Amino acid sequence: MQQSQDELYWSKTSKLMITMMVLWVFFGYLVHMFVVPLNNIKILGFPLGFYMASQGSLIAFVVMLFWFARKQDQIDRECGVAEDE
Amino acid sequence: MATQTQAGGSDFTSNLGKVYSIYTGGFVAFIILVALLEQLGVPNRVLGYLFVGFTILVYAFIGIVSRTMQVSEYYVAGRRVPAIYNGMATGADWMSAASFIGMAGSLFLLGYDGLAFVLGWTGGYVLVAVLVAPFLRKFGAYTVPDFLAARYGGNTARFLGVIVLLACSFTYVVAQIFGTGLIAQRFLGLDFTVAVYVGLLGILVCSMLGGMRAVTWTQVAQYIVLIVAYLVPVIILSAKKFGLPLPQLTYGQALSQIASLEQGFIQNNLAPATAKLHAAPFTSYSPANYFALILCLMVGTASLPHVLMRYFTTPSVREARVSVAWSLLFIFLLYFTAPAYAAFSKLEVYSTLIGKNIADLPAWVYTYGKLGLVQICGGNAVDLATVQAACAKLAGHAGLVRLQDFGINADVVVISTPEIAGMPYVIAGLVAAGGLAAALSTADGLLLAIANALSHDIYYRMIDKDAPTARRLIVSRVLLVIVAIAAAWTASQRPADILAMVSWAFSLAAAGLFPALVLGVWWKRTTKEGAIAGIIAGFGVTMLYLVVTRYFPGFGVQYLGMSSLYNPVTGAPLVNLAQAMAAPNAMDAWVTLAHPMASKVGWFDMNNISSAIFGLPVGFLVMIVVSLMTPAPSKEMQDFIDACRRPRGQTLMEEKAA
Repeated sequence: MQQSQDELYWSKTSKLMITMMVLWVFFGYLVHMFVVPLNNIKILGFPLGFYMASQGSLIAFVVMLFWFARKQDQIDRECGVAEDE
Repeated sequence: MATQTQAGGSDFTSNLGKVYSIYTGGFVAFIILVALLEQLGVPNRVLGYLFVGFTILVYAFIGIVSRTMQVSEYYVAGRRVPAIYNGMATGADWMSAASFIGMAGSLFLLGYDGLAFVLGWTGGYVLVAVLVAPFLRKFGAYTVPDFLAARYGGNTARFLGVIVLLACSFTYVVAQIFGTGLIAQRFLGLDFTVAVYVGLLGILVCSMLGGMRAVTWTQVAQYIVLIVAYLVPVIILSAKKFGLPLPQLTYGQALSQIASLEQGFIQNNLAPATAKLHAAPFTSYSPANYFALILCLMVGTASLPHVLMRYFTTPSVREARVSVAWSLLFIFLLYFTAPAYAAFSKLEVYSTLIGKNIADLPAWVYTYGKLGLVQICGGNAVDLATVQAACAKLAGHAGLVRLQDFGINADVVVISTPEIAGMPYVIAGLVAAGGLAAALSTADGLLLAIANALSHDIYYRMIDKDAPTARRLIVSRVLLVIVAIAAAWTASQRPADILAMVSWAFSLAAAGLFPALVLGVWWKRTTKEGAIAGIIAGFGVTMLYLVVTRYFPGFGVQYLGMSSLYNPVTGAPLVNLAQAMAAPNAMDAWVTLAHPMASKVGWFDMNNISSAIFGLPVGFLVMIVVSLMTPAPSKEMQDFIDACRRPRGQTLMEEKAA
C-alpha cells in the first residue's frame, strides 16, 4: 500500500517536473529563437524580441515558480507526504 | 539552555518584519541626512566615507550580534529562516558585483546579446526549485558535498565535490573582492591594492563570528541596501526624461530614441555602417554561442554551492520551494531593471557626447578617463590635451567624437550613471554603497561555502571524525580568514575582467556538480562509480577547455584540433591561424589576454565562457554509461533516495548531539 502511494506521488511529481521543464525550454530558449521576426513588432517602443528576453521571460519564470510551489504542495497533501505544519 | 536559545530565536523570527522595517526607515533617513550635508557643502570625499562607513558598521553590528558557537546555527542558521527572508538573503547572496556593477555595463556594450546573462541568471532558478533544492533540504545536508557523500557512498565523491566547489567558488570570490576594491578605489580614493584589503575586512566582520546565521541576517540587510541603491537612480532618470518613475516601462522610448540616433550617426559618418545596433541580436555572440551561454548560466545557477546551501536554512521542504520563488522575485527586481539602466546611460552618452566637439567633452569623461576607464580615440581620456593629441593622430578626424572613438569599461557604467546624468553626489554615494553591499554579501556566502567545505567535509568528515564542536568551529573560522586573504591577494593582482571570471565559475559548477545532483535524485540507477567518473569527466573537460583556450591556445590548435572563433556578424575568423601559429610566441604558455590567440580559439566556434557546453553532456553521458555498467545501488540506497523524495519525515542526516 505504502509502495503504491509512493509511486503515485512520484509519478505526479515527475509529471509536474516535465511540465515545468517544457515551459522552461519555451521561455528560456524557444521564444528567443524568433527574436528577429519578433523585433519587427514594437510595443511602447520595445521591439518585442528584445522585450521577451529582457522582461517577458523573466516574468514567466517568476510566475511559474510560485505556481509550482503551490501545485507541488497540493500533490504532497493529496498523497499524504506533506510535512506537518 | 537549548530551549532558551530556541525561544530567543523564535522571538527574533516573529519580529523580523518590525526589525527590518525600522532598518529600512533608518537607511532612508540616513540618505536624506547625507543629502542635507551635501547641500551644506560637505565635500564629496567625506560623503563617500559616510556611506561606505555607515553601511559596513551596520553589517558588522549584525554580524557580531548573531555570533554563535552552535553547530547547526553556524552551518544552517538553525533551519528557521522564513521563506521570504531566505529569498531576500538569497537575492543578496546571488547578486554579485558582476550583477550590480557589471551587468548593466555589459548590456550597454553588448546590447541584445548581453541579455543572455539576464535570462541565464534568472531561468536557472526554475531548475533549482524543480530539480535540486527541495531534495537537498529534505536530506538535511550542511554542505553540497555532504549530499554527494551520502548518495554516492563515501569520501571519494565528497572529495570531488569539494574540489569542484573550490574551483568555482574561488574564482567567484576573487571577482567579488575585485569589485569591492573597484568601489573603494573610486569612492574612498584609495589605492586599488589597499582598497582590496579594506574590502576584505568588511567581508570578514560579517561572516567570521556567526557563520550562516550572521551571514543570513546581514544578507537581508544588504539586499535592502542594494535594491534601493539600484532602483533610485534609474527611477529618477526615468521621471526626469519621460515623466514617469517606472524605468522598466519607459525605457522602451529610450530604446527607440537610441535606434534613431544610431541611424543618424551612421548617416552622418559618426559611426561605421557596421556599428552594433542596441536591439539587434547576435552582433557579439553567434546564435549558437548565445544559447549555449544561457544554458551554461542556468545550469550553473542550479549547481553553485553557495546558492544551494541557502535553501538548507528553511524550516521545511515546502518553505524551501516557496523560498526559491521569492528569491527569484527579489532577483527579478534588479535584473529587469538592468536593461533600463543600460538604455538610459547609452542614450545619455549618445546625446551628450557623440557628434560633439572634442573641446566640449563633459567633466565625467576626464574623471573616469584618469582612472583608465574611459577612452577617447584609443587613449585614456586623462585631459583635453591628451584627447586632442590622440584624435589628431587618427587620419581624417574632424574633431567631432565619433561612436567608434568612444570606449568605456563595462564596470563603470552603473557607478558613473548618476554623475553622467548630473545627479547630486548623494546618489552616487548610494550607488557605491549598493555595489559594496552586492559584492560583500556574495563574498560572504562564497567564503562561508568554501570554509564550510574545508572544515566540515575535509577536516571533520575526512580527517578527524571525533573533533569536538568548539574545535570544528574554530577551524572553520581560521580557514575562512586564510581563504579570504588568498582571494584578496589574487584580486590585487588584477586578473581578467569580472564578468568573464564569474562566467567561468558557472561553467565549472554546471559540468562538475549538476549531473551528479540531478541524477542522484531523479535516477535511482546512478551508481557510485558512475557519479565519480561523471564528475571527473565533466569537470575535467570543462577545465581543460577553459585553461587551454585562455592560457595555452597554441597547444589547443596544435594538439586538440581547435580552430579560430568566428566574428558573429561577418563570419570571418578572429585570428589568422596559419600566421599566428607561425609567430614565435605561438606555443607560449600562460599567455596574457593580449596574445593573438588567447580566448580566440576553440571547438565548434564555442566561446570559452560557455565551456560547460562540452563538459555538461560529457558528464551526463559518462555518468549514465558507467552507472549502467556497474551493479545497481543497494536496497538501502534506493530507500534512501525514496526518503529524499518524500517531504514528510525527519531530515536524513542528523547532527549527533554536540
